[in-house]
This record gives sequence, structure tokens and C-alpha cells, in this order.
Amino acid sequence: MWSWVAHRVTGVLIFFFLFVHVLDTALVRVSPEAYDEVVATYKTPLVALLEYGLVAAILFHALNGLRVIAVDFWSKGTRYQKQMLWAVVGVWVVLMIGALYPVLGHAAAEVFGS
Amino acid sequence: MSNNVAKTDSTASGIGPVEGTPLYSVDNPAPVIEPPRKRTKKTGRATRGNFELYAWLFMRLSGVVLVVLVIGHLLVQLVLDGGVSKISFAFVAGRWASPFWQVWDLLMLWLAMLHGTIGLRTIINDYAERANTRVWLKGLLYTATVFTILLGTLVIFTFDPNIR
Repeated sequence: MWSWVAHRVTGVLIFFFLFVHVLDTALVRVSPEAYDEVVATYKTPLVALLEYGLVAAILFHALNGLRVIAVDFWSKGTRYQKQMLWAVVGVWVVLMIGALYPVLGHAAAEVFGS
Repeated sequence: MSNNVAKTDSTASGIGPVEGTPLYSVDNPAPVIEPPRKRTKKTGRATRGNFELYAWLFMRLSGVVLVVLVIGHLLVQLVLDGGVSKISFAFVAGRWASPFWQVWDLLMLWLAMLHGTIGLRTIINDYAERANTRVWLKGLLYTATVFTILLGTLVIFTFDPNIR
């Protein structure tokens, strides 16, 4: 139930970001300066935090999506759906810890001084 | 014959003059009564074919491909080689110089947009209770989708590294 709700919420969030992301990338057809300017906001600490949230949403949606596929197509999928949910949460936590430094490292360096 | 009797006397009452005599014949056909839930031009088709099945299948197939494409994209853009700090016009130009990344991004754009659109369509169908609301929200959704896919595709195909 809650994994289903989370799947919907993360899906909608990712979709809305996708619109914004196609628009900001389209600025490469305007000028290099316009593109670099908008990408500069992606490098600020606050937006870095949002990026970490985006990574969290995408990783959950991806992992839980694979679980949904397993439930639908694997003959034992429904029997192991709960175990698979814990696997999703486990892998998600590990990946989120792994993403901590790459995604937030530069922001931390800027905020707290390197 | 008896049908002459039915024609003159009993068409309105619907009761034959003699029990067991047929009321209607070729010359005096019964009135056509429309079935109460008969489909008309306004009610639309009885089924939508297999659209819902294909949409369901597309979500799973595109989902698997998107896991690879999007997580690869995140690795390249946010993790490897300095993460987000390295991204610039020059970085994009370097990546799109290769057909591999052009195809990667094009495929990712189309699959992600269609996957997201079908997903949001499901959510609208689930939560928007009034038929009018559904029509308008989905109209808005499809408009935004077509615009974004066309814009993104145009950007990838017409990208010019020497724009300035």
C-alpha cells in the first residue's frame, strides 16, 4: 500500500522535474552563456539538496518498479513481494549513502568551507 | 386472412381478436423497440481495443530500459568526473559529439516522457472524479507532452557546438 503511494508520488515528482529539465537543456540552442547560467543554479548548495532528493525519488521509483515487474511476471513474485520490498529499501539506503558524497560533497564544501 | 383483422382492428391495443392468432406479419410488422442501453453515435465504441493492455505492457518494458538509461545518466552527470560541477555547454557539446550519447538521450527523452505521461494519465483517471476535469487535465497533459518531446528532439537534432 505505502510502496504504491510512494511509487505514485515519486513518479509525479520525477515527471515534473523532467519538464523543467528538458526546458533548461533547450537553452543550449539559445547560447552557451544562457545554458551555463542556468546550470550554475544547479550547482548551488540548496539545489544540490534538491538533486539529492531527486536521486532518492528516482532510485526508489526504479527499484520499486523492478519489484512491480517481478510481482507481475515472476510466478513467485506475489509470494516474495514483502521480501522484495525490504530488498528495495535496503539497496536504496546503500545507494543513497553512496550518493551522499558525489551529489552533496561540493555543496558541503561550499557551506562549511573545505 | 387473420392479419387483415389485426391490421384494421387491433394494431393499437396489441391484442389479437382471437387467441393464438399471430399479431404481426410481413405486411404488418411489429413496432421496433430500441434496447434501453443501445449504443448510439454519442456513446462511443464499446471497447477501446487493447490499448490499456499495451499501455500496461509499455510501462513495464520502458521501465526496465529507463532504469539503465536514467541511472547511467545520473552517474555521468552527477557522480563521475566531478559530478554536477563539471557540467557546462562545453561538456554537453563534448557528449553530443558522439552519436552514442545522442541516441542515449533521445531514447531516454521519448521513453521517459511517454512513461511519465501514461503514468500521470492513470493518476488523473483515478483521482479526477468529474468527467470534464479528466478531459481538461488530460488535454493539458498531452499538450505539454507533445511540446516537450518535440522541443527536446529538436534540440538534440539541431544542436550546434559552434553556436557562438
